[in-house]
Amino acid sequence: MIRNIICVTCPMGCSLVAELNEQGEVISVSGNTCKRGETYAINECINPVRSLTTTVRVEDGLYNVVPCKSASPLPKEKIFDCMKVINSTCSKAPVAIGDVLVANVCETGIDIVATNHNPTK
Amino acid sequence: MLSYDIVVVGGGPAGLAAAIKARECGIESILILERAEFLGGILGQCIHTGFGLQYFGEELSGPEYADRFIRQVEDLKIEYKLDTMVLQVTEDKKVYAVNKTDGLLEIQAKAVILAMGCRERPRGALNIAGTRASGVLSAGTAQKYVNIDGYMPGKKVVILGSGDIGLIMARRMTLEGAKVECVCELMPYSSGLTRNIVQCLNDFDIPLYLSCTVVDIHGKDRVSGVTIANVDENLKPIPESERFIECDTLLLSVGLIPENELTSAVGISIDRVTSGAVVDEYRETDHEGIFACGNVLHVHDLVDFVTQESQIAGEGAANYIKGKKEKAKYISTKGVGAVRYIVPQKVNLNCSEDVKLFFRVGSTFTNASVVVKHNDETIIKRKRPRLTPGEMEDVTLKQDMLKNFKENDVVEITVEV
Repeated sequence: MIRNIICVTCPMGCSLVAELNEQGEVISVSGNTCKRGETYAINECINPVRSLTTTVRVEDGLYNVVPCKSASPLPKEKIFDCMKVINSTCSKAPVAIGDVLVANVCETGIDIVATNHNPTK
Repeated sequence: MLSYDIVVVGGGPAGLAAAIKARECGIESILILERAEFLGGILGQCIHTGFGLQYFGEELSGPEYADRFIRQVEDLKIEYKLDTMVLQVTEDKKVYAVNKTDGLLEIQAKAVILAMGCRERPRGALNIAGTRASGVLSAGTAQKYVNIDGYMPGKKVVILGSGDIGLIMARRMTLEGAKVECVCELMPYSSGLTRNIVQCLNDFDIPLYLSCTVVDIHGKDRVSGVTIANVDENLKPIPESERFIECDTLLLSVGLIPENELTSAVGISIDRVTSGAVVDEYRETDHEGIFACGNVLHVHDLVDFVTQESQIAGEGAANYIKGKKEKAKYISTKGVGAVRYIVPQKVNLNCSEDVKLFFRVGSTFTNASVVVKHNDETIIKRKRPRLTPGEMEDVTLKQDMLKNFKENDVVEITVEV
């Protein structure tokens, strides 16, 4: 199988072509102009990850929500499952930067942490 | 009447960095005036990451980036007033402002730093035909509704403009359950970062239509759809290509304009390309003691550069107050060909440091050279693998180069392929 990938490691945005065998292993990467491109293509094929930033509802807060992020990138295919869990969560004010709002989201081992303060109303 | 050494207009990333730097340079009496109810400016609603890679060497979200500077302002006990609208700045550096607790404020400053940021181009600037149904918002307004107020402004969305804010909102609305039908871009290329096209559109199978625009907006009370059309090489819509897309929301991400009403009212000269003040290497305008920095001066793509520029303005204002300003003997800078503009527009030959010139190109180049010329002689030539309109570039004028210049000389920057 052939996969076309645009590299986002740097602003060059090289068009990469990854060739995969039937077991889903990467046989070759072409189109990259540096080593980082090859690593990126392999990761995109075997374990694509994305940072997730969103908001969590806050009860009694000065603002209705507090922004948050995944403490490290999450598996790409779990992003919408994580959104469901996060959107069914409600924190209680006050919330401070770095507070864990959802621990081990969707059994990924990764926490969702607040990225701003939300004091009590 | 109140009096301060420095009054900073705007408490976003520019104003905060300028105030902190001025304090570090020994100025005690500083007041920041902020229109919103919190410091940090637009960063508060930019909850995505990608901030701080240049300045802190780590990837932060907007609120986290802002918090680092807000904490410094608090630690340094720099005074600020929130919910305070500046009405006027005068030539003799009086600042008039109003808020609910103080009423009308008259403040005499020794130096003023303008850091009002920019605002989004609105629908009215585009002349899109159609009804006045609700559901047409700027991307930044939608971003505030979702990320700060916590509610969704629509369910089926078309986005016009593929700048980074538009792309980021495409992802944000999708994550929150909306269906983003497409992003239309008038130009044949996107001005957004490749990273954002991949991670905000491709990841969610959101189509990006290049050379395409919205020609009509439908709906009585609420938007019911838009008509889009491809455009020809003169950016004119092609009638045969018109098609209807059902949606309840149209987000506009069609450019940012520095917010310079206060600046113009002082009589400060404005650069027609940047829509910001004409400044020297310390970001001092042509009115002595009035400085400008951040997006009010020219629209930046990275907040990290806003911070660095504002520190220069903060130091400049501090030097001005301490009477340490060198006697001015200016040369001017000029973008030629693909170089659309340069900031600063003038450089004092008596300045005591190297001067970084920031500029933007008008089209995309690969493996080109940035060439700096003085009297038709090339004084700097730097290879760049890639130049794009979306990314600000810089070159440094070394102090020993300045020694060879005469007052009123012109330094030109151009791109050679």
